[in-house]
Amino acid sequence: MTSALQLAVAAGEVATSEKVVFFILAPIALIGAIGMVASRNAVHSALWLVLTMLCLGVFYIVQAGPFIGMTQIIVYTGAIMMLFLFVLMLVGRDASDAVIETLRGQQTAAIILGVGFAGLLGTGLLRVVSKLTVTGLDEANAKGNVQGLASLLFTKYVFAFEIASALLITAAVGAMLLAHVEKRKEDKISQPEMMRARFAPGNYPGPKPGPGVFATSDSVATPAKLPDGTPAQRSISPILPTRELTAAEVADKHTEGR
Amino acid sequence: MILAQDPTLEDFGHDPWWLVLIKVVAVFVFLVVMTLFAIWYERRVVARMQVRPGPNRNGPFGLLQSLADGLKLAFKEDIMPKLADKAVFFIAPVISTVCAFTAFAIMPFGPMVSIFGTKTPLQLTDIPVAVLLVLACSGMGVYGVVLAGWASGSTYPLLGGLRSSAQMISYEVAMGLSIVAVFMTAGTMSTSGIVAAQAGGTKVHFLGLDLTAPSWYALLLLPSFVIYFVSAVGETNRAPFDLPEAESELVGGFHTEYSSLKFALFFLAEYINMVTVSALCTTLFLGGWRAPWPISLWDGANSGWWPLLWFTIKVLLLLFVFVWLRGTLPRLRYDQFMRFGWKVLIPANLIWILALSGIKTLQNSNTSRTQTLLWLGGALVVLMAVALLWPSKKETTPLTLAEQVEQRPAGSFPLPPLDLVVPVNPRAKRIAADRSAAGTDNDQPVGSGAKEA
Repeated sequence: MTSALQLAVAAGEVATSEKVVFFILAPIALIGAIGMVASRNAVHSALWLVLTMLCLGVFYIVQAGPFIGMTQIIVYTGAIMMLFLFVLMLVGRDASDAVIETLRGQQTAAIILGVGFAGLLGTGLLRVVSKLTVTGLDEANAKGNVQGLASLLFTKYVFAFEIASALLITAAVGAMLLAHVEKRKEDKISQPEMMRARFAPGNYPGPKPGPGVFATSDSVATPAKLPDGTPAQRSISPILPTRELTAAEVADKHTEGR
Repeated sequence: MILAQDPTLEDFGHDPWWLVLIKVVAVFVFLVVMTLFAIWYERRVVARMQVRPGPNRNGPFGLLQSLADGLKLAFKEDIMPKLADKAVFFIAPVISTVCAFTAFAIMPFGPMVSIFGTKTPLQLTDIPVAVLLVLACSGMGVYGVVLAGWASGSTYPLLGGLRSSAQMISYEVAMGLSIVAVFMTAGTMSTSGIVAAQAGGTKVHFLGLDLTAPSWYALLLLPSFVIYFVSAVGETNRAPFDLPEAESELVGGFHTEYSSLKFALFFLAEYINMVTVSALCTTLFLGGWRAPWPISLWDGANSGWWPLLWFTIKVLLLLFVFVWLRGTLPRLRYDQFMRFGWKVLIPANLIWILALSGIKTLQNSNTSRTQTLLWLGGALVVLMAVALLWPSKKETTPLTLAEQVEQRPAGSFPLPPLDLVVPVNPRAKRIAADRSAAGTDNDQPVGSGAKEA
């Protein structure tokens, strides 16, 4: 299928199948982009973004760039997953956009800037593309698609490539520094130390008694009784309010049989 | 009938529409049947490992058990939690299942065959970057799990979903890196090409010697194979790496709130993923559909429909390893599991790729034998220097038991005497007599060990 497409593209015509794919997916990609900006829920935004990125990946594949299309899907699914996690960690699960505008006029400013940026990008691309001499896929893919990309990345564009990777690493290290809480080695409690502390004098290593054991009430506020009949304070949760017990509740339960 | 053996990329994309339809339906049916079979297989194998019979009521050998379970699941009540995000809650299992099925489109089942007079490869389709399609699908499949956890609107699923996203991203990195070595050796990313590259032992010209490398990449690229398999277990959320659905901590993990068909879809996706990683492992490392050695001596083994059988057998053997792991190993702790992925699997993989590319560069360049030896010797010297200069752990002599007891603070938990001799159970004789009277078995009676002590 790809080779047939490559032939069609080399001949300088747009295949019908490519047109069909474009006219189905382009609106979907646009809907995804608009949905990302418009949706109130941050997680829904991230999901709309996934949709747009998937459509872009398919476009690359249709335009005889299977490697870059697949890479787009693999890389951006991971990236948006990160975005998803950030959303969850920073704003919580149920956070939605505030309806009140905190900065006055920011929406208008954002729209103007966005349209301006799109115009800049579009005209810039147009100027570059119009002066481009097209060599055709056959020449570009002479040594294979992936090999051609690799040789360009590691020869002509190696500087840009390295700078981009340095930027990303800086960002990753910066994020780590912000999120990382430094702990001194002495402050870390290792598993053997926890075990020793558990069996140290003054700590009872077994589980706490459940409330109401050997008592006549099944309320969680009724303390369990120790074998000598005294109430076990460890059996009640500290957040429970103390409750006056009735005489029947305090009385010992029949355990010796009638 | 002998046809051209190995399909190449040019052989794909010429099928008539009805043949494509047949292949799509065949792949779908293969996966669903494999799922039903794998559930039964897993339950039977685990049962055998635990010395019990396992499902044996429905159909011969209990084979129809999973079909009955699936039907029951479909007729259960479908519950939508009140706090759920309705649309996402509904899409999540669909994403999981669709990605699981899509990934199988590029699996090569066999060589060129003739179907109703049309010569066609026994594979739905192949693209120059076929293996990346599997990675992309598994990357998208994570969304199903994460979104299910998020959309359920309760705590345990959310924790399960977060865990699985971290886990699958980490293990996908390790998995992708382990495949790199295969790409480098085979020189292609199409699955049919990789199977063809493992056809015969390649002649390696190294250090002036002509060696025949083993044809299966599992042997040639052993570190990659091991890392791939470990990360595949992590990627499919299977025991011992099934932390997203750890029952003891998270109830059911991401699918706690799911029921009926939606749950069935998750179940299906998990088993299909297991089949997919096994099939990919077969394709990348175990020679694909080609017959293993003693069978490959027979001329007809690698032509016609026979390879479908070899392929299925290899996949089933790998599935057995999955079940075996589940029946044997306890679940890992989450932090240990992540540390294992990032600090062991990925660095080991990077070093291995570096070494492999070094060897390949030496092979391809026209260096003389002495130069090659010098390079290898240099690498070895650097390795030894690092090993020598690596800071060693402080050696501490462990205290004896008596010393440890001595060091315990006053008021510690009481210890039994260290030289305790277990007294003979006075009832031991009676119990032993009861047992032998019942005639159960020849086991040693209770307390006889104590008597000897």
